[in-house]
Amino acid sequence: MTQIKRKSDTKMVPVPSMAIVPERDIDKAPVLEARHLGIEFGGLKAVDDFNIIIGKTEIAGLIGPNGAGKTTVFNLLTKVYQPTTGTVLINGKDTHGMNTVQANKAGIARTFQNIRLFNNMTVEENVRIGLHNQVKYGMFSGILRAPSYWKQEKKQHEKSLDLLSIFDMQDMADVKAGSLPYGAQRRLEIVRALATNPSLLLLDEPAAGMNPHETEELMENIIKIRDQFQIAVLLIEHDMNLVMGICEGICVLNYGRIIAKGTADEIQQNPVVIEAYLGKQKEA
Amino acid sequence: MKNKKTFRSNLITYLLVIVAFVICQLVLEGAIPGVKMTRSLKGQLVPICVYIVMAVSLNLTVGISGELSLGHAGFMSVGAFSGIVMSSWLVSAFQFENETIRLIIAMVTGGVFAGAAGVLIGIPVLRLRGDYLAIVTLAFGEIIRNVMNCLYFSLDGKALYIGFNNPSLPGKLLVNGPAGATGVDKISTFTMGFAPIIFTLFVVLNLINSRSGRAIMAIRDNRIAAESMGINVTKYKMMAFVTSAVLAGMAGALYGLNYSTVVASKFRFDTSILVLVFVVLGGIGNIRGSIIAATVLTILPEVLRAFSDYRMLVYAIVLIVVMLATNSPLLRNLVERIRPKKKAEAKGGDAV
Amino acid sequence: MISFLSHLVNGISLGSVYAIIALGYSMVYGIAKMLNFAHGDVIMVGAYITFCATQYWGLPPVVSVLAAMLVCTVLGVVIERLAYKPLRAATSLAVLITAIGMSYFLQNAAQLIWGANPKSFPSVITLPTLSLMGGQLLISGETMVTVLANVIIMIVLTIFTSKTKMGRAMRAVSEDKGAAELMGINVNATISLTFAIGSALAAVAGVLLCSAYPALMPTTGSMPGIKAFTAAVFGGIGSIPGALVGGLLLGVIEILGKAYISMELGDAFVFAVLIIVLLVKPTGLLGKKVHEKV
Repeated sequence: MTQIKRKSDTKMVPVPSMAIVPERDIDKAPVLEARHLGIEFGGLKAVDDFNIIIGKTEIAGLIGPNGAGKTTVFNLLTKVYQPTTGTVLINGKDTHGMNTVQANKAGIARTFQNIRLFNNMTVEENVRIGLHNQVKYGMFSGILRAPSYWKQEKKQHEKSLDLLSIFDMQDMADVKAGSLPYGAQRRLEIVRALATNPSLLLLDEPAAGMNPHETEELMENIIKIRDQFQIAVLLIEHDMNLVMGICEGICVLNYGRIIAKGTADEIQQNPVVIEAYLGKQKEA
Repeated sequence: MKNKKTFRSNLITYLLVIVAFVICQLVLEGAIPGVKMTRSLKGQLVPICVYIVMAVSLNLTVGISGELSLGHAGFMSVGAFSGIVMSSWLVSAFQFENETIRLIIAMVTGGVFAGAAGVLIGIPVLRLRGDYLAIVTLAFGEIIRNVMNCLYFSLDGKALYIGFNNPSLPGKLLVNGPAGATGVDKISTFTMGFAPIIFTLFVVLNLINSRSGRAIMAIRDNRIAAESMGINVTKYKMMAFVTSAVLAGMAGALYGLNYSTVVASKFRFDTSILVLVFVVLGGIGNIRGSIIAATVLTILPEVLRAFSDYRMLVYAIVLIVVMLATNSPLLRNLVERIRPKKKAEAKGGDAV
Repeated sequence: MISFLSHLVNGISLGSVYAIIALGYSMVYGIAKMLNFAHGDVIMVGAYITFCATQYWGLPPVVSVLAAMLVCTVLGVVIERLAYKPLRAATSLAVLITAIGMSYFLQNAAQLIWGANPKSFPSVITLPTLSLMGGQLLISGETMVTVLANVIIMIVLTIFTSKTKMGRAMRAVSEDKGAAELMGINVNATISLTFAIGSALAAVAGVLLCSAYPALMPTTGSMPGIKAFTAAVFGGIGSIPGALVGGLLLGVIEILGKAYISMELGDAFVFAVLIIVLLVKPTGLLGKKVHEKV
């Protein structure tokens, strides 16, 4: 496994117990704070009493067996589902009553497990959709081609290429997103999410379908993105090399409940986690 | 690169329309020796303009916004009747006779009223999706027709009277419920029919290539992803729907003022389907295709008289075959094998 | 009071026809997840076949209706195989446009074969009119047969879907096509069967509809078809009792609306019901709620 530099400035700040790694530095104003989050589907508790705090520029992982409720947590955080219990604070702001659009504006952006690109639009247009709320001109300026149209379009174009350059994708700007190879589609989703200028980036299985080499590149890029944009990252991933390699804190979910929290080392040695993944060891 | 390509494509579309218009004008004025237009074809010139606007505006809803609307003729009828009433009222109230300006005002009125209808209908309709949305637009198209059948307008000098299910109004009856509008001033001309085409192209093409247009297309491609990118789905769906309604209302006014009698049953479900055929045949999302399909399919039955009995049957078959050819995996593979597409463009992605 | 009762009876009669048509829509929508726009036109074909069989070929009514059912069954299956099956993986937009094309094809083919002028459809029902309350409330033979047919069809179909192997296969396919296929269910055959049943019912509905409203035209089926779809949505698409409830309610609303509010706006009421139902309870009165997967 490649050695990846971990961010390790540990000022001692009193932290709430919801932080994944308590002794780690959590800024006074955490990016994400979820308390007692839960949702029921027809009586079944898909997620129950989910608590997490993610600090600014923290990379956190959310792992767990299939069907544990990881993507449901993402859907709750991004307000695709409205939680039945609990609260979510983004940058200290209560997201109660917000919809997906408002959650994004509050600073949360995501990628999808089953890629959801705008397939009939070009790579650049996909990124431009991410930049949508940072471009200021209305429908009529657009139709009448007002000066603001030309100015903003130019700015948007440059910014799109800038963002695409993170993954060296500028050359593909005019390719239809749907015709990109799988790995590039995943990368484009990350760029598109970044374009919305989030303070927290949610990545849903970013390494799925990637080969080990691509995954390594992705790990470096996630760290690069964190450092460059100064944002927090919460990722769902089954690739343990990736999770253990870059996540400063890890949260393990099973049957909709958090069963363990901690650093990579702690999680790897936690008997509850081992049991959740491998089943109960037979008593000798 | 992309911008240049779109620019060239749009330019071709504009040029196509302008050249076609100039040629038609020259033929009408007898400037091209030996080429003459038959009477029936002359009669089709304004309807062609109307159907081009209808097709392009429906393509905005179906192709760009990705919502199947089956009630487009409803907006056309709102535009037609409001345009007729406005044009007659101008004469009756102000003795305003200038036909060109009256037609322009009538088209603007038609657009405004159809747009208002678009907002009213859009609010409930756009909350639905897929088949349900389609069937509800159909329902609204029928409701509009039903309501139009009950509307009575009369003019008495400056006063405009409106009756619902009540034909006994003072003054001269202008719109007479199911009997429709009678004694309409035929003020639509081919030259004036050309203006809304250019206007429609300007609005639709510029909208597509702007921030709003991209948002509309993003919602079409993936609603959930668009929402999580911070795009207000209702707002942009509404924008496309209402713009489409305004343009259809304009076309309706042009259409209504081209005949001396206009009845609400003219704007039946059939008309909506006819326009849909233009859109599908021209290529869903392809604006230039809509223009060509609307023109050709309006002229064709005039040229081939004997064929007219089979016209709708052929349209139906064409509709099915086009959908099968473009959507069935089996047929699509066959087409691609015969005509290998430019794959090089897509190959660029493999480099990483 | 008597006039209200007689309107109510008419409403139930019309509603029963809607219910039978709605069943076809509902079953097809439940299984193939598509709005078979041409379903209303299959009704029209059924009515024309019955008309030809009784008027031109001199067949007895029962045989004529059976012939119509047979023709419509074949027609329904052929339509599905030719036009809809290749589009299983296509977008709902593409499927719906194809179905509209099919509807137009049937209407215009019928116009070429039988002409555009309305034909006067002789009732195939010979039952005498029932006179109640000293002759004040009349219930026609058509009404009684329609309601009876409706009840029988509902009972038979309910038993079929819950008790027989093929019925269970239909329910499995409507739940999850892929899983049903893995369990060894022939999905294509099941979908064909659904179209066959729906189309046979459409033929019956066509005969009943034209017996009550005798003007037969190529467009006869389209409006009742759309209204029956409304009924299916009203009751909850995919549900057999839903089709019954939705159909009856819609028939009654239409007749009462026409009688007491406005004749011209009768259709508008029906569509207003559709819009309100879709907005307030999109799954219909008896439908199940479905979650969208993200």
